[in-house]
Amino acid sequence: MVLTEKYQLIKKLARDFAENEIPQELQDEIEETHLLPDSFREKIAKSGLLGMKVPKTYGGGGLDTLGYVLAIEEISRVSCVSAIYISGANSLGSGPLLQAGTPEQLEKYLRPVTYGEKYPAFGLTEPGAGSDSGGVQTSAVKDGDYWLLNGRKCFITAAPWADYTVVYAKTDPKAGSRGITAFIVDMKLPGVSVGKPENKMGILGVPTSDVILEDVRVSDGDRLGELNRGFSNAMKTLDYGRLGVSAQCLGLGQAALDEAIKYSKERKQFGQKLSEFQALRFMIADMATELYAARELVYNACVLKDKNDPQASMHCSMSKYMSSEMCNHLAYKAVQIHGGYGYIKDYKVERLYRDARVQSLYEGTSQVQQIVIANNLLK
Amino acid sequence: MKIVVCAKQVPDTNEVKIDPVKGTLIRDGVPSILNPDDANALEAALKVKDADSATTVSVVSMGPPQATYMLKECIAMGADDAFLLSSRAFGGADTCATSTTIAAGIKKIGDVDLIFAGRQAIDGDTAQVGPQLAQRLGLPFVTYVQNVREIKDGRVIVERQLEDGYEVISVPTPCVLTAVKELNTPRYMSVPRIIYACEEASITIWNEADVELDPADCGLNASPTKVMKSFTPPPKGKGEMLAGSITEMAGAVVAKLKAKHAI
Repeated sequence: MVLTEKYQLIKKLARDFAENEIPQELQDEIEETHLLPDSFREKIAKSGLLGMKVPKTYGGGGLDTLGYVLAIEEISRVSCVSAIYISGANSLGSGPLLQAGTPEQLEKYLRPVTYGEKYPAFGLTEPGAGSDSGGVQTSAVKDGDYWLLNGRKCFITAAPWADYTVVYAKTDPKAGSRGITAFIVDMKLPGVSVGKPENKMGILGVPTSDVILEDVRVSDGDRLGELNRGFSNAMKTLDYGRLGVSAQCLGLGQAALDEAIKYSKERKQFGQKLSEFQALRFMIADMATELYAARELVYNACVLKDKNDPQASMHCSMSKYMSSEMCNHLAYKAVQIHGGYGYIKDYKVERLYRDARVQSLYEGTSQVQQIVIANNLLK
Repeated sequence: MKIVVCAKQVPDTNEVKIDPVKGTLIRDGVPSILNPDDANALEAALKVKDADSATTVSVVSMGPPQATYMLKECIAMGADDAFLLSSRAFGGADTCATSTTIAAGIKKIGDVDLIFAGRQAIDGDTAQVGPQLAQRLGLPFVTYVQNVREIKDGRVIVERQLEDGYEVISVPTPCVLTAVKELNTPRYMSVPRIIYACEEASITIWNEADVELDPADCGLNASPTKVMKSFTPPPKGKGEMLAGSITEMAGAVVAKLKAKHAI
């Protein structure tokens, strides 16, 4: 896609930010401590990037989906986990509110996110409800003007940092996915606790934890959207989320290609550079071709999404499916080109390989994307 | 306060390669960027605006129509508006003709209190346009500004960078100040400003008639600089590899240096 000046400037902003503010030393520190340092999170908050996609009415940047994806891609190219932190606020964090929030809820909960004063989390997944997210067991029972919430959410991105979590809970136990309602749960409410961060393979830097709800009294004013309509809210949010993940994948894929090209021009074996061996030249040609194809698919899905095209949801799934598989292929090949050194943490491809792995798992596995795509085609 | 910032779109010299056969710069496909020192000049102006919301910051440039991209970047950083002096008549200008043209643009804007420019552009490295501009406008100027200490009561107090320190200069406004990179760290563009710059802001384009210049005073016609020859220095000949023990090789080096009367 030929990018207009607006998109070129957005890319430049994100690239400049990533290259200046996430130097190698910081990337190493994040890998070492498994946490984005507070000072860096404050810098992100001040940058306005946490609300770049939120409409201007709520203090955001008012950026469209393509611009947002370009920014996340550029940041992910340098640091995938930094991109996750930024996209967490913009997509899964803001999406549920933008779709169903009342003006009061948007003022109270969304505006502070765009200003970097509050950080949101998205609580859908449960130990027994992963791909089958309609099967959530967390319950919400009406109690006067309040709801009593009980249950356990798992794999919640940034839960230890979150000021509130949008929790999807069963309000009609007999109704399946049509009996789910969304609630905004303040993390300071009595009965809310956060589990120990998971010990993950990659995307180290943003903690992922359980959110445990024990007799949590949530005001009916913090019910998000209509009763029993939460599942559709979650699914629509995930459509955007899938483009955010796709953007991360494009950044990871580009980084893998960059590293493979750089290393193959430096490293010599059998008296010549790796880049002179046809087998490796072909590998790099394949990597670039797969990356560029995925990129076009993702950018096109962004345009469809902003046009509210009826095919957009399928294209979001196709984007997420193809780009997450792509970045895994590219990370594999980049490690392969590095040989034994690619297995050593001193080389960036080692991290890319681990960061890529989650992409085909979270926000809908590749197989879930295939289900969505097939359901659209075989209605 | 009304501030004008002079900016230039330049090829990203980090990306420029030399044609090995012709010995000239390969400009094709080289990205164009906002000249780095000019970004410092803009930041200095925006800092004044941060402290006083009544301040306006306008950016002026001379260049081909595509330089509007760089001016949009300036607006996305926070400039209020931008003016591009663009015309065939301005083509082939050296620093002398460039400063005449930019001065005419600034006169047309009118009532300017302060002019910031970068010390020099990374493509020509002359550092002449800022001072020449001041002369054409009949204004005082300070080059190599590394700190703006105070702007008050019609005077600016700045630090001027020297090789081994700095001098503190008080200068009446209006005046021209040229910025070095030590002056500040340019801010990032912001997302809403990028959208504004590309979808709402308009960049004013002026030709020689708009700024009341005679074509004879513009571009190549008014450029006394003549380039006699442009070349890449030839590479040095291949080095000579010595063989033998350390003592033998050292002896050979000494003998060669003596033969060349180097020692």
